[in-house]
Amino acid sequence: MKITLHATPDITPRPLIAEVILETGALLNIDRADVKPKGGEVVIDVPPNECKRVVAAFEKRGATITALEQPVIKDDDECVNCGACISVCPTSVISFREDWSVQMDLDKCVQCGACVTMCPHGALTVMKS
Amino acid sequence: MTDKTIQDINAKIANGSVHVVTAEEMPDIVAELGPVGAAKEIDIVTTGTFGAMCSSGAFLNLGHSDPPIKMQKVWLNDVEAYAGLAAIDAYIGATQLSKSRGIEYGGAHVIEDLVAGKSIDIHATAYGTDCYPRKVLDTTVTIDDLNQATMFNPRNGYQRYNVATNCSDRTLYTYMGTLLPDCGNVTYSGAGVLSPMYNDPTYQTIGVGSRIFLCGAQGYVTGQGTQHDPANNFATMMVQGDLKQMDKKYVRGASFHGYGTSQYVGIGIPIPILNADIAKATAVTDADITVDVLDYGVARRDRPVLRQVTYEELKSGMIDINGREITTSPMSSFHDARAIAGELKDWIQKGTFYPTLPVERLPNTGVEFKPMKQIGEQPTVADVMAKRVITIQQGLTVENAAKVIMEGNFNHLPVVSDEDRLVGIITAWDIAKAVAKNKRDKLDDIMTRAVVTADATEPIDIVARRLEQHNISALPVVDKHSRVSGIITSDDITKLVARR
Ligand code: SF4
Ligand code: SF4
Repeated sequence: MKITLHATPDITPRPLIAEVILETGALLNIDRADVKPKGGEVVIDVPPNECKRVVAAFEKRGATITALEQPVIKDDDECVNCGACISVCPTSVISFREDWSVQMDLDKCVQCGACVTMCPHGALTVMKS
Repeated sequence: MTDKTIQDINAKIANGSVHVVTAEEMPDIVAELGPVGAAKEIDIVTTGTFGAMCSSGAFLNLGHSDPPIKMQKVWLNDVEAYAGLAAIDAYIGATQLSKSRGIEYGGAHVIEDLVAGKSIDIHATAYGTDCYPRKVLDTTVTIDDLNQATMFNPRNGYQRYNVATNCSDRTLYTYMGTLLPDCGNVTYSGAGVLSPMYNDPTYQTIGVGSRIFLCGAQGYVTGQGTQHDPANNFATMMVQGDLKQMDKKYVRGASFHGYGTSQYVGIGIPIPILNADIAKATAVTDADITVDVLDYGVARRDRPVLRQVTYEELKSGMIDINGREITTSPMSSFHDARAIAGELKDWIQKGTFYPTLPVERLPNTGVEFKPMKQIGEQPTVADVMAKRVITIQQGLTVENAAKVIMEGNFNHLPVVSDEDRLVGIITAWDIAKAVAKNKRDKLDDIMTRAVVTADATEPIDIVARRLEQHNISALPVVDKHSRVSGIITSDDITKLVARR
């Protein structure tokens, strides 16, 4: 599953993620990292069975963790099922069903927002966690 | 060779015995029965397409105000419509942008909002005449308040359309959507097997007066579309229909990030199967329709063709470009094109839609598709650049560079390697900063390495846009071996434009 790590400036200089990997031994995958002067936000893919331990390890170090549940919302009234959003998605979240309607496999979403800018009908919104 | 007349077919619609299929069903039928058998069996094939059609708009008649006004300029929800017609007629074009909201909202959205029954703010100005004294008008209307609201689209329903990719190193925002750098994705448009005009490629049944499905209403083809190019299977049509009868589902405003607005228009054309030839043509499949993949990274009229593909390959979701599998995205909705072909089929079966034969067929031969006639050559970089450009050797110091810049009285100094290849650039500002921070030795530490360059053969407008996009004021001009042959600055371009 995917979690978002929010780190405040006082903890960003620390090798937080490395520490957590070492402590828990969990194989974390960093999907997206957005580090700004006022702190950072990192989307991390965590093996589901290790999730609790990983979250606890981060929280112990002062980071806030939120679960990424519905990363992108599609407004079905606006969507015309063109599929324009498909080719810009780096993680193949979006695809056609048999009947050429568009489906999203949101577990794979890293919230990059590429599909949002591509959509000509303003049908997509990225949820900021 | 007519086996059936349109009257025969319409009589069958009236008595409920008409046999209609969609263009998706037809290939199998023709494969099974042969064209002759299929022509006997099937009366009408319905087609459909739903995609971005920029050349769209609507004529609106607003009714007279009191005192009356002869609108010279008019805005609908802040989007300017063309008012150079009679007093209170206007034409709202799909790609005109809102003054206040820009790319997000345009004429296409105004049309969608009208069809959806929403209120539209009207602002008009005039110079005032004895018969039309009023100079300013502000009001709010819905589509019901208008006398006529007629969709009139000069160029719709392309027979097929080019495929776009981008071999350059930066993301492009185009009417074909976002094109990722380095051929990162491929976009295409058109309905393939359901394409209205590809199912009757010699336009035997399509022309002036053909009754069609237009955005959920019954509309008409009024002639060849602008840029109609039948010789290359890029035929287009001009269409009109009553906006008041349309369904919002099939007339949608679209906004392409970094490009502008466009209208998603739903068109369905019924093809009456009068003979075996027409039956055979409607058996066209996605595998039969080929299109060129163009490199939109080259901003010229004639873009390089990377390869040809079929709609079948495009619809598989991946195509091969130079040995790499690239993901494809359609820009038009096959899902809705199918719905349109299906809805039209329903109308005919229910006896609410009767196809017509055209009064005049769309021309199939003898139409020329010409590029613009341009008088005066477009100047190129070579015409404008400074040819004597001073460079500095890599490895020298900031001090050295400062001296060169001072002596030459210029701002940009390209840095070259021992083999004379461009490796970086230094500006007077870079030097000032370096000095202020007391970094006076190695030039390498302060130069910009990712240098944006120009080619001597490029037209000036392309280079002007590049300067603007990168927010810089000069580009070294390099040959294919990265050797500097000149430099072009925004000042050179400004001077040139002033002279034009
Ligand atoms: S935000 Fe959109 S493009 Fe990015 S990963 Fe999620 S679905 Fe794909
Ligand atoms: S690009 Fe927008 S309208 Fe098209 S399928 Fe994706 S979400 Fe729907």
